[in-house]
Amino acid sequence: MTRTNLLIRLSPWLFTIGLFVVWEAAVHIFKIPVFFLPPPTAIAQAFVDYSGPLARNSWITLQTTLIGFALAVGFGLLLGLLVGWSRAIYAGLYPLMIGFNAIPKVALVPILVLWFGIGFVPAVLTAFLISFFPIVVNVATGLATIEPELEDVLKALGASKLDIMRKVGIPRTLPYFFGSLKVAITLAFVGSVISESVASNYGIGNLMLQAQAQFQVPLIFAGLVVLAIEGIVMYAAMAILERRMTGWAQRSGFAQA
Amino acid sequence: MAPEAFVTLDGVDHAYAGAGSALAVEGLSISVKQGEFAAVVGPSGCGKSTLMKLATGLQFPRSGSVTVAGQKVTAPLKIAGMAFQAPTLLPWRTTLENLLLPLEIVEPHRSEMRRRKAEFSERARNLLASVGLRGQGEKYPWELSGGMQQRTSLCRALIHEPQLLMLDEPFGALDAFTREELWCVIRDLQAARKITVILVTHDLREAVFLADRVFVMSSRPGRIVVERKIELPRPRDLEVTFTQAFSDIVHELRGHIVKARQ
Repeated sequence: MTRTNLLIRLSPWLFTIGLFVVWEAAVHIFKIPVFFLPPPTAIAQAFVDYSGPLARNSWITLQTTLIGFALAVGFGLLLGLLVGWSRAIYAGLYPLMIGFNAIPKVALVPILVLWFGIGFVPAVLTAFLISFFPIVVNVATGLATIEPELEDVLKALGASKLDIMRKVGIPRTLPYFFGSLKVAITLAFVGSVISESVASNYGIGNLMLQAQAQFQVPLIFAGLVVLAIEGIVMYAAMAILERRMTGWAQRSGFAQA
Repeated sequence: MAPEAFVTLDGVDHAYAGAGSALAVEGLSISVKQGEFAAVVGPSGCGKSTLMKLATGLQFPRSGSVTVAGQKVTAPLKIAGMAFQAPTLLPWRTTLENLLLPLEIVEPHRSEMRRRKAEFSERARNLLASVGLRGQGEKYPWELSGGMQQRTSLCRALIHEPQLLMLDEPFGALDAFTREELWCVIRDLQAARKITVILVTHDLREAVFLADRVFVMSSRPGRIVVERKIELPRPRDLEVTFTQAFSDIVHELRGHIVKARQ
């Protein structure tokens, strides 16, 4: 491995450590009170003191997010294929979807609570509702951008619409689909945490809200760090999945540089 | 016995849906014989591609009739192969798998695909070899040069052994040397398979070098204004393109096109 490569491999860790070092120093130099901005060492202490509740609640948040995300993948894929299949369905559903996407999902939580009570179900559904949209749009875009010449070649051979979908539409949509998963998983975390902090007795969102009520500021920040870590891990999992499934679409050196 | 007319368009008018009453072609009549190499040239936007779509059953005329192989065209023609300016190969399939795509769709090969896969793959490899791509079957399209991709696209048009080959400016995006190489590839394929070819192009030298007859279309709405038999002896060598007789024909056709543009 050359020196430059090693540097690139190490650089994410160096930057992360650097951020925490600067943070720690700034808190001490400017004498910022712990209840305003706790230093990383205080946050680390909170991890030790509250390791039980943190572990339990982060596991709940992860489950909630992943179930909501799985629903979003299934539903988003189905709706995307439907929208990409027919121009009439596309024209009919598009304004509705744009309108729905424009609604802040936090505004839906009270309705979900009304229907399902507080707790697990509204959080799963919020994660689902906030994350399916990018999947639908990407799948539909992949289908809508089939080269017309290629469609002609296949149609002239007697291909049905289903043939064209199976042989060309779906494979060429996969890079769009897997790309959208990276966006969707991040949004799913947003959805579940929003719902947990507004209407639940479990999860990291709820834990942070309680910590705030008791003025345990380092614990709030510990909650944030947990969310960031879960977000990074899931994003990385989606990125690996993307590379595995659609390596043919990522041959450009640009993406790796 | 004189060869029969294989593709006939008779008094065809056509307009695309959504284009109002603006006709793409009007009173278009053309007749291409079995085994003949026909080239269609004309100013840009004259409806050359419409002619292709009509002859392969991708579009149906508003009035007039289209007959191929003695039958009125009422559905997409499975006996036709097509290639375009863009090679439109599927990047997730190897070159060989790209060639097999038509066989996965067109009957009777479709239902025999599983049973005769090895035989079909062999046929595809032979076809690749015949256009100078021996041993390239395992590569992905993006590992091939533009000229090689276009050769692959030609092979894909021929794999199901069509009786009619439709080419829509297939060499438009290639450099001059590669283009001349591919002229020879097409010339040899046509000579070997006695296939009927309709080539739509804006390159007059290409048309004169390859075709038995060149049809000149008027500007939109398109119809045939001149039909020119090319009597240069076959097999034609690239050298023929530098002879006086050749440039006279090109020059004459150019005159017709200039007139057609007005």
